[in-house]
Amino acid sequence: MSTTTESKDATGATAGDGPDDLVSIADRVAGWARSGEDVEVYVARGDETEIRAYGGEVESLTSATSAGIGIRVVVDHRLGFAWAGSLDGTVLEETLAEARDNATFATPDEHVQLAVPDGVAAVPVDLWDEGLATVPTTRKVELALALEAQARAADPRIRQVDHADYGDGSVELALVSTTGIRASSRKTSGYIGVGVIAGEGDASQTGGGFSVGRGFDGLDPDRATGDAVIRAVRLLGATKGPSGRITVVFDRRAATTLLSVVSAALSGEAVAKGRSFFAGRIGELVGDPVLTLVDDPTDPRAYGAAAYDAEGLACRRNVLIDAGVLQGFLYDTVAASRSGVSSTGSAVRGGFSGTPGPGCRALALTPGSEGYDEDGVLAAVAEGLFVQSMTGVHSGVNPISGDFSVGAEGLMIRGGKLAEPVREITVASTLQRMLQSVVAVGADVEWLPGIAAGQTLAVGDMQVSGV
Amino acid sequence: MIDSPVLERVLSEALRHGGDFAEVFAEDRSTSSAMLDDGRVEELSSGRERGAGIRVVSGETTGFAHTADLSEVGLLRAAEAASAVARSGGGGTASVAVSLTAPAGGGDTGDGPPEGRSLGSKAEALELLRRADEAARSTGDSITQVQAGCGGSRRQVLIANSEGLLARDQQARTRFSVSCVATGDTGLQTGFESAARTLGFELFDEISVEELAGLAARRALSKLSARPAPSGELPVVLAGGSGGILFHEACGHGLEADHIVKDASVYTGMVGQQVASPLVTLVDDGTVGSEWGTFAVDDEGRPAQCTVLIDHGVLTDYLWDYLRARKEGRVSSGNGRRQTYQHLPMVRMTNTFLLPGEEDADEIVAQTPRGVYVAKLGGGQVNTTTGDFVFGTTEAYLIEGGRITEPLRDANLIGNGPEILKRIDAVATDFGMTPGTCGKDGQSVPVGCGQATMRLTGVTIGGTAE
Repeated sequence: MSTTTESKDATGATAGDGPDDLVSIADRVAGWARSGEDVEVYVARGDETEIRAYGGEVESLTSATSAGIGIRVVVDHRLGFAWAGSLDGTVLEETLAEARDNATFATPDEHVQLAVPDGVAAVPVDLWDEGLATVPTTRKVELALALEAQARAADPRIRQVDHADYGDGSVELALVSTTGIRASSRKTSGYIGVGVIAGEGDASQTGGGFSVGRGFDGLDPDRATGDAVIRAVRLLGATKGPSGRITVVFDRRAATTLLSVVSAALSGEAVAKGRSFFAGRIGELVGDPVLTLVDDPTDPRAYGAAAYDAEGLACRRNVLIDAGVLQGFLYDTVAASRSGVSSTGSAVRGGFSGTPGPGCRALALTPGSEGYDEDGVLAAVAEGLFVQSMTGVHSGVNPISGDFSVGAEGLMIRGGKLAEPVREITVASTLQRMLQSVVAVGADVEWLPGIAAGQTLAVGDMQVSGV
Repeated sequence: MIDSPVLERVLSEALRHGGDFAEVFAEDRSTSSAMLDDGRVEELSSGRERGAGIRVVSGETTGFAHTADLSEVGLLRAAEAASAVARSGGGGTASVAVSLTAPAGGGDTGDGPPEGRSLGSKAEALELLRRADEAARSTGDSITQVQAGCGGSRRQVLIANSEGLLARDQQARTRFSVSCVATGDTGLQTGFESAARTLGFELFDEISVEELAGLAARRALSKLSARPAPSGELPVVLAGGSGGILFHEACGHGLEADHIVKDASVYTGMVGQQVASPLVTLVDDGTVGSEWGTFAVDDEGRPAQCTVLIDHGVLTDYLWDYLRARKEGRVSSGNGRRQTYQHLPMVRMTNTFLLPGEEDADEIVAQTPRGVYVAKLGGGQVNTTTGDFVFGTTEAYLIEGGRITEPLRDANLIGNGPEILKRIDAVATDFGMTPGTCGKDGQSVPVGCGQATMRLTGVTIGGTAE
């Protein structure tokens, strides 16, 4: 157990075994609040190491420590925010003054408020690997070099290793507000990733693979290189595929991206502001009955697992779609007030320089009763397109209108098995229609980096544009 | 920010254990933004960040460390950390002399604010946002949501390296954007427009926020009656200034020397060869006016320059940063950029654009019997190794019988860079630039893209219509 927090209201105690010095800084700044104003202080500190190997040598090695503060001030229902990439005493004062000044310019809004403890107990999740700090840099370098060497030797068709990276980091943070929030947490992470280029004749194809964990141990070079190599090699000889309206199987990585996109439309803020195609549809059938979608950051296996949200409330399990029926949305404090509901403990923020907003951390589909793995889904679909990677998701998927059009590469599915490779094709539909057309949900859940699980997903009736 | 004698001692420390190049990049950056949403000024945000990144190059290896502590002690500690990878040799003490060299590009060398670059007041920003909100909402009753943002950054950088370079620059950037949602019988549609320049609030002497908001609103409204985009290959006419993102993706990234030296680009080894239609002359130019990708010196202290990449269809050169240029025994083309002092520099584009042609834009449409007219592009993405790329439309129409007819829903277009560049059969005179944010290997930098109205004889359009 490494993450602790206690609400002042509940216990009057201070945070436990979190980073005490950060809590003290946050306490100190919150203590400068004037009467009539509420102040929330978010303090973070991180360490990171990044190593890139190339050609049997270290191409670059980065080591760094950074720290910063983000302050929100609410006065008369007006919000102001300021941040700084430093924890120096004078910087703290200047940042608070700036946030306070910014607040005076905002439009008063009765829904603007800071979170207050809601009595929901946090589920502890252990995200700290004590061993990471003791791993010498030389071992990390060895791992990066070994990763590159392994990828180069994995298959005679690998003609280049574009990058072989090792990365790790630790983040500690404290959150204190004058409205009674006191939370602190810490988290470590480890990563290896490799990108290869396979060649045969004039044709080249690329593939990437990675392995992630909470620390150094457990990072799996076999898995990273195996994945990268098969993805590149099986695309060799790919041609522009055929056009038509067919069933598309998204592999686990592509499916993670797909769920992440859908999550934008499940934001309570987007819904309240008329920016979601789900607005006004609670209780309606928005997807095939095979679809049950849950965001559960209390699942310790999830990459985005957390005990507390970005406003210091306990993270909790939220059912969003149950057997195809839309159940609810994700809220932070302000979006919840705007919608007349309570926060779902779903505030997220991009570090000390960002302000909180509602978002997913650990979205997953409940596996279908058949218990399919990837092969099982392919067999069930029999004929269609298997997509192993998508491009242009940011330019071709619109979570407001629901329009969906992405570039794709993968393999055709024939007789329930992977067949010839295809590239330079697009796959299109609308998110609304895709949810209604889900054919199979794999049980092969894998927690990939990001806010959603990876699991093989088959969607029917999609327009593929190729030759 | 840091005195020369301190820089000299830090560079010496960085090379104390060996290594053949050391560099200090110091940055002091402040940002401010105001956001109006749902009819309210929801959030004003200010940020400040300062620090230095120190790198030491030893053979093929780069050591890098960064710190927010700009005191001599802090810098020496970072130099020590950065030099760790060079510590294979026997040590010894290197003596490094730093002499002040003003950037040839005419950058601001002083510590004062750049001339003619005023940072607007918060009240001014709010007034602009309110005007934009009102203009967007008055465009049509179906406009149901408006979000407008006004943001600026000021960045003071100092670069010193062991080759004696010392350069400073002051960069001010301002961006204004409007996103609209229109609601109709067919659901929701969106429209977006932005303006961004390497300027202070002088941006608003050049643009009208009302016009910009009206454009975003009309874009959303027009799509309420849009039909699904076609699926399959069709001729495509890109409007002037619709987003030279096509060239950014189709070949710009593939011409970055870091991909070239790793043989990870379809354009490796093709200098001197015909890689595009003779109508294509493509340049990358970091010196153009106040465009979004403009600066005086790059993040390695090199003056911005204009590089001709493709001349009448023939590939003439790649884009270079210090490391990749050194490897090839040449000088950087001023394309070494980084997001912040916490990042290593790499090869990046600045303003990348197709020089205008000689045809009339309307005539190009009139001579297209059937196809798609793209009035505005969104983002794109490329795999430099295969050359396959996509780019998205945010305002497009059918062309039927040489006339622009029905609006189309958003879709991505997909193509292969080297193939698409050969399919350009018409380029007009109506040149325009578009600002964008380019992401590469986890770092974002401001860039400009530009082209005149042009036609591609065939591109695969990823719509849903059969």
